[in-house]
Amino acid sequence: MRKVNLVVVGAGPAGLSASIEAAKHGVKALVLDENHKPGGQLFKQIHKFFGSEQQMAGTRGYEIGTKLLNLAKEYGVEIKLNNRVIGIDDHNTLAIIDNHKYSEIRAKKIILCCGATEKPLAFPGWTLPGVMGAGAAQTLVNIHRVVPGEKIIMVGSGNVGLIVTYHLLQAGVKVKAIIDASHKITGYGVHAAKIKRAGIPIILRYTVNRAMGTNQVEKVELIQVDKSFNKIPCTQISFDVDTICLAVGLSPSTELARMIGCKLYYHPKLGGYIPMVNQYMQTTIEDIYAAGDMTGIEEASIAMEEGRLAGLACAISLGYISDNAQSQKALENIRSNLSQLRMGNGKGGIING
Amino acid sequence: MKEDYVVCRCEEITLQEIKSAIKQGAITLDEIKKYTRAGMGLCQGRICSTIIIEILKEHGYLPQYSAPPHSRIPVRPVKIWEYIGEDQDV
Repeated sequence: MRKVNLVVVGAGPAGLSASIEAAKHGVKALVLDENHKPGGQLFKQIHKFFGSEQQMAGTRGYEIGTKLLNLAKEYGVEIKLNNRVIGIDDHNTLAIIDNHKYSEIRAKKIILCCGATEKPLAFPGWTLPGVMGAGAAQTLVNIHRVVPGEKIIMVGSGNVGLIVTYHLLQAGVKVKAIIDASHKITGYGVHAAKIKRAGIPIILRYTVNRAMGTNQVEKVELIQVDKSFNKIPCTQISFDVDTICLAVGLSPSTELARMIGCKLYYHPKLGGYIPMVNQYMQTTIEDIYAAGDMTGIEEASIAMEEGRLAGLACAISLGYISDNAQSQKALENIRSNLSQLRMGNGKGGIING
Repeated sequence: MKEDYVVCRCEEITLQEIKSAIKQGAITLDEIKKYTRAGMGLCQGRICSTIIIEILKEHGYLPQYSAPPHSRIPVRPVKIWEYIGEDQDV
């Protein structure tokens, strides 16, 4: 069995940043990712990011992805793609399907950066073809250059809903409306303004009552909800659409953390059950760290800083840098970046970015 | 007729089946999984656990006071020939 010092699970913004940070200090980092391309969701983000310049704001997501990959190459990070981590045991052994072959790798430290899954919304007809996650629609238009449908309704006015709507408009799709059960738009005003300027109505206090169609979605029926999100009878309106995009939040992918016994807690604003981490992004299991959306749904810029924090903490605990005032200062700098990025939002005020 | 639709797509478990499991006393994600098989399929509850949490909430069982479901190997769908290392045309 192959033995390494550090394995990072997931080659998204958090995982790449973690491995780069560790590799900078001499740790030979191995990154495993189940996809055939690295970068996580970065390469489908064609819009500019927010934040300060230091955290690569003003840069488009895919450019950030390219930058991270170049850095990873420069520092000699090994990235293994088509590697599905299917299990983990309490001796830090990872069970992997490496390009269709089973294998095992043992690591001294493991950083889990497993990201998140799109949340569904269940209603009669939600299993009809044409109901999909907004992230899936984004992958279709921005990666595969295929439009998911011709007439779309977007459910959810968070940043994902707003941004994906804009990407769909750019791809020439007709977006009939964005709806949200909330009484106000939950994403950034700047994104919402772009949508409004494009003439797309944002309908608040409405939810999906049902989707109708024989072999696929043909119509969506909406219904008004009160402040407690109870449906108000006789308020149905409907739109002829072939696609219903769900942008109703993300759910942290915690399977591996749960398997090895990390303690989790429920945080509704951060997406659900998430592993408890300390100021080093260390979980309740000594050698297991976690970073990125898996520890709570926030922005990619935050995922990158969390990854750096975990990577640096691992480099220290593996003995590649001494645990002194200087290295503690470096950790503190990353933490201060994190609190700046979270300013005004608190931990988890944002749905996603 | 009561409103019904599939909640767990992998195992084709419906809303009414989940509700009846709750009535029978299955009030955590793990208990509902064991009672109905919801969350036991290919995706291992990645999709439906969010929906089941919402259904439990409607019945007054809040996730804050409950536990996340157990997770077992394999967390991704794996073909048997991949697992046992037999060659196969991919």
